[in-house]
Amino acid sequence: MDPAQSAVTLTVREALHTLSSSEDGGRLLSTLGALKRYLSGAENSALPGEQEEFARMHFSAVLRCLVGRLSPGWLELLPDGQLEDLWASFFLEGPADQAFLVLMESIEGAAGPSFRLMKMAQLLARFLSAGRMAAVMEGQSRQLTEPAFRLLQETLLTKVVGLPDHLGNRLQRENLEAFLPQNYFPLLGEEIMRVLQAVVDSLRGGWDCSVSFLSQVLGKACVHGRQKEILGVLVPRLTALTQGSCLWRRVCWRLVECVPDRAMEALLTGLVEAASGPDVLSRLLGNLVLKSKKAQFVMTRKILFLQYRYSTPMLQSLLGYLAMDSQRRLLLRQVLKELLETWGSPSAVRHTPLPQQRYVSSALLICLAHLQDTELRDSRDELLASLMAGVKTRLDSSLPAVRRLGMIVAGVASTRIHPDGPPLRFQYEEDELSRELLALAAPPPVADSPSEAEASPAVETPDRGSMDGGVPQAQSEGLGSDLDSDDELVPYDMSGDQELKSGKAPAYVRDCVEALTSSEDWERWEATLRALEGLIVRSPAAAREVSVELAKVLLHLEEKTSVVGFEGLRQRALVAVVVTDPALVAEYLTSQFYALNFSLRQRMDILDVLTLAAQQLSRPGRLPKAPQCGSPSPTSQPSSTQAPAWRAVVQERIRSKTRRFSQRSPRWGPDAGPNEFNLVAGYFFFPLIRHFDRPLVTFDLLGEDQLVLGRLVHTLGALMYLAVNTTVAVAMGKALLEFVWTLRFHGDAYVRRGLLSAVSSVLLSVPAERLLADLPDELLEARPWLADVAEQDPDEDCRVLAVKALLLLEKLRDTLVPLSSP
Amino acid sequence: MAASLLPPPDPQFVLRGTQSAVHALHFFGGAQGQGRPLLLSGSLSGLVHIWSLQTRRAVATLDGHGGQCVTWLQTLPQGHRLLSQGRDLKLRLWDLAEGRNAIVDSVPLESMGFCRSSVLAGGQERWMLAMPGRGNDEVQILEMPSKTSVCTLKPEADAKPGMPMCLELWQADSSPRPLLLAGYEDGSVALWDVSERKVCSRVACHTEPVMGFDFDSQKARGVSGSAEKALAVWSLDEQQALQVRGTHELTNPGIADVKIRPDRKILATAGWDHRVRVFHWWTMKPLAVLSFHSATVHCVAFATDGLLAAGSGDQRISIWSLYPIRSDASTPSLGHAEGREVGTQTLA
Repeated sequence: MDPAQSAVTLTVREALHTLSSSEDGGRLLSTLGALKRYLSGAENSALPGEQEEFARMHFSAVLRCLVGRLSPGWLELLPDGQLEDLWASFFLEGPADQAFLVLMESIEGAAGPSFRLMKMAQLLARFLSAGRMAAVMEGQSRQLTEPAFRLLQETLLTKVVGLPDHLGNRLQRENLEAFLPQNYFPLLGEEIMRVLQAVVDSLRGGWDCSVSFLSQVLGKACVHGRQKEILGVLVPRLTALTQGSCLWRRVCWRLVECVPDRAMEALLTGLVEAASGPDVLSRLLGNLVLKSKKAQFVMTRKILFLQYRYSTPMLQSLLGYLAMDSQRRLLLRQVLKELLETWGSPSAVRHTPLPQQRYVSSALLICLAHLQDTELRDSRDELLASLMAGVKTRLDSSLPAVRRLGMIVAGVASTRIHPDGPPLRFQYEEDELSRELLALAAPPPVADSPSEAEASPAVETPDRGSMDGGVPQAQSEGLGSDLDSDDELVPYDMSGDQELKSGKAPAYVRDCVEALTSSEDWERWEATLRALEGLIVRSPAAAREVSVELAKVLLHLEEKTSVVGFEGLRQRALVAVVVTDPALVAEYLTSQFYALNFSLRQRMDILDVLTLAAQQLSRPGRLPKAPQCGSPSPTSQPSSTQAPAWRAVVQERIRSKTRRFSQRSPRWGPDAGPNEFNLVAGYFFFPLIRHFDRPLVTFDLLGEDQLVLGRLVHTLGALMYLAVNTTVAVAMGKALLEFVWTLRFHGDAYVRRGLLSAVSSVLLSVPAERLLADLPDELLEARPWLADVAEQDPDEDCRVLAVKALLLLEKLRDTLVPLSSP
Repeated sequence: MAASLLPPPDPQFVLRGTQSAVHALHFFGGAQGQGRPLLLSGSLSGLVHIWSLQTRRAVATLDGHGGQCVTWLQTLPQGHRLLSQGRDLKLRLWDLAEGRNAIVDSVPLESMGFCRSSVLAGGQERWMLAMPGRGNDEVQILEMPSKTSVCTLKPEADAKPGMPMCLELWQADSSPRPLLLAGYEDGSVALWDVSERKVCSRVACHTEPVMGFDFDSQKARGVSGSAEKALAVWSLDEQQALQVRGTHELTNPGIADVKIRPDRKILATAGWDHRVRVFHWWTMKPLAVLSFHSATVHCVAFATDGLLAAGSGDQRISIWSLYPIRSDASTPSLGHAEGREVGTQTLA
């Protein structure tokens, strides 16, 4: 044995003995002073060999012994806290990793709140604030890995990252500020930066260094969900440092590469979130996606296809990162293909929630903006094929939002993929979403080849704006304006000044039939259409004579000239016909719904008209209002429009003078009146529900005409709801629940929404006792189905509707329980 | 520019209760210091309603035309006198002073036409009345209150202008000679020199009968509306010659009445298409289309404070407040039958 070593061993052994047993302050002081000689950097220090041996073999033991002696009495053996200072200096100046481990160990080992625990915690806080954590990590980066070393590193890693958890557990409410995660992780980030600086310096000096421990710390912190805190410190610094220095860049790449696979996802998402743009991301990551399979998976699949919580700027920096390097561009093309496939896949359209579809669409448009024409040309056919398939799937969808998304994306993508070919053009109204998506499709500012396709619409818009403004025209008209300076006379909007066409309208309902069917005089035809609703309402008896005939004419009416508001006029007239003669016309319309030669549009019109008419019939207080739209009758005129004003005034006065003893808000319910829908609800409802499963040649509700099926279900639900308080409600409810049961697993979200709202309207319309008496099995069956939908349906509206229906069921039970208990 | 357009205006309020179509409107009083003016309306059922614009209620109803339509209303400067013309072939003179409403005098009419009469009244006791005469194309001038016939203005034999449709007596500031502007059935407007009983000038403005016109004597410019689809603007030069300055196309045919606001900034037309149109008087730039009524608008009237009233076949009178007159307006509102009368009213 080396004599020097044995000398150290002997000294230490003796010192430990003294420390553990002696109560004499002076003796302790001298012993500790002797030990301190072995710490590097102390005055009149020992030989380097001795120091090294002490550090490797005895330091932990000494520290443990010191911890063991810690008590209030012991510290007061010497005045002025000399002993405490000396004691602490061992932890703060000795080898950092061992000191850290002993500190953590003793804190964890403490039984409960005690003097020693608090002292140790305070010491740890001092340890952190003195920047010793950097020393811990730096120590690890200097030592090159050897097998036995692994275990220590592993322990160290757990303790470093888990420090806030451990201390939080141990100290409970007495936890110190420094150990809270929101304070600790930024500090850790600072320390990592310092270590990295040291690494860079030593690399410049020509020494080897490893950043793998740092990577592990970083990765683990990210896995713990602390990306924001730690990367919030690291990324801005690294962004600045990597700007100028190649070495820094390499260190940074290496740092990210060495992160273990299981932490890669957490780190990358954090980085993409924290990085301010594609170029920053590119500087930080390098070609990581090409080197690491895991990183590639995260960047090109997981973030894009499996998750959708990230913001658009994140997507932009991610895809921009892929576009920044020629090798990575291959990946970008791959991504585009996959995005297009997903975008158009029927199963994805059906089963993914709308926000995700929007997310994929934005990613798709960003991708397209980044790729150049030449790159797109290579795989044009393939891309076009999947785009067209996608457009078809999307336009077939019965959800307007899905169709809309399809139209917006298809319009942009087709011009981009195939700039020479005929572009797809759709009519949709601009809104925030479309503007946002179109803005994404514009090429990024750094793009090298601005494509004409995107540039031209932007140029066109101001042109169009000035054209319809009509400024020059108005100015040229004011010829004599030099005399008067009447600039303050600003004209009002005169767009409502149109030609009057009332002169040609027939005065009798019967004439309208003739005018609509055989008239070649289009002005008369239009005037008839405009006047029809008023005529029907004014003379119900005359309308009743020709009701079915009129309904037939209106149902088959086509818009031969471009009449403003044609659809609305026709619909209102039809509704008026149904309301005047509900039984006959409803019977006719419902029979036509399943007839052979109708377009889907007409069938849906039938449904709309039936719903609106049912609504008018069931609404109480409809009758007194109706004559008002007729000819002005002198007696009713003066009061009709002034009434609300004085009524409001009177009510306000009553309210101010009245003291109420209960807090219930006064109810101004609608005036009571007979529900006219009662007598005719059956005519509306049962013919519609009867034939839905019998496909015709031209009309297959259960097949591809699911849009109409969705409308049908909604209509049935609405009719059910409007049939509240009617005698047929129970029979209707039974039929409707059976109908719902057969369709409950329908693939189309729109149909399912209808079914769920139909269930709700059954629960609302059928009296509670009758529900329980007549439909117990149906309700019992519906409950688990609703619960299932509420949890698992991909469509958000479906889930909400299911929850609502469940709530209604609950309420139903609550109303029944007190009924049965007494 | 398109974005800054004001939305179409709404009426300030609406007077209901005439219970038949409104055919004549006239503002009465309302000059400075007298509060808000009264509004007179004549209806198809022969009643004249006097409306308070303060309470927005009818304060009195005058029944003097035997259930026949009242076509014209005009107040005289002296002592709160009202002239009303009815289809019962009577011109009634009412005394409205101090809450009275009695018929003071009555002048028989001899023409079954729709022509509205006109008065020329200075501050004096005597005033002049022009009304359609016995013959088909004649205009009769009376001196009131003595009811002496001054003359009958009969066009030359070969002119054949048809019946007079509207009349306006006026007097140029420079000369004391009374002049008469008359719109005829053939669409022409003629200027008569009353004292010489001859036509100074005549110009064809329309192809359809002139239904209404108004004349701005200060600018020597007038505007007329007819059954056709256009307004005509004409002017009078120093040689007393009328000439058409231009026509202004409308969306729908038929103008029942035209009035220029007393401050000569804007003019309003009563349209058969249920709408009131407002134009800039000097440039004829369209300013607003007031659509509120559901039947033909028969008459429009301006108050001195700029209020616009329109009476319609739907039995309602709508009151509009557009482009308020600024109180510091330097142009005096004189020189025009209506304005002059109001000016003297303040003295009375």
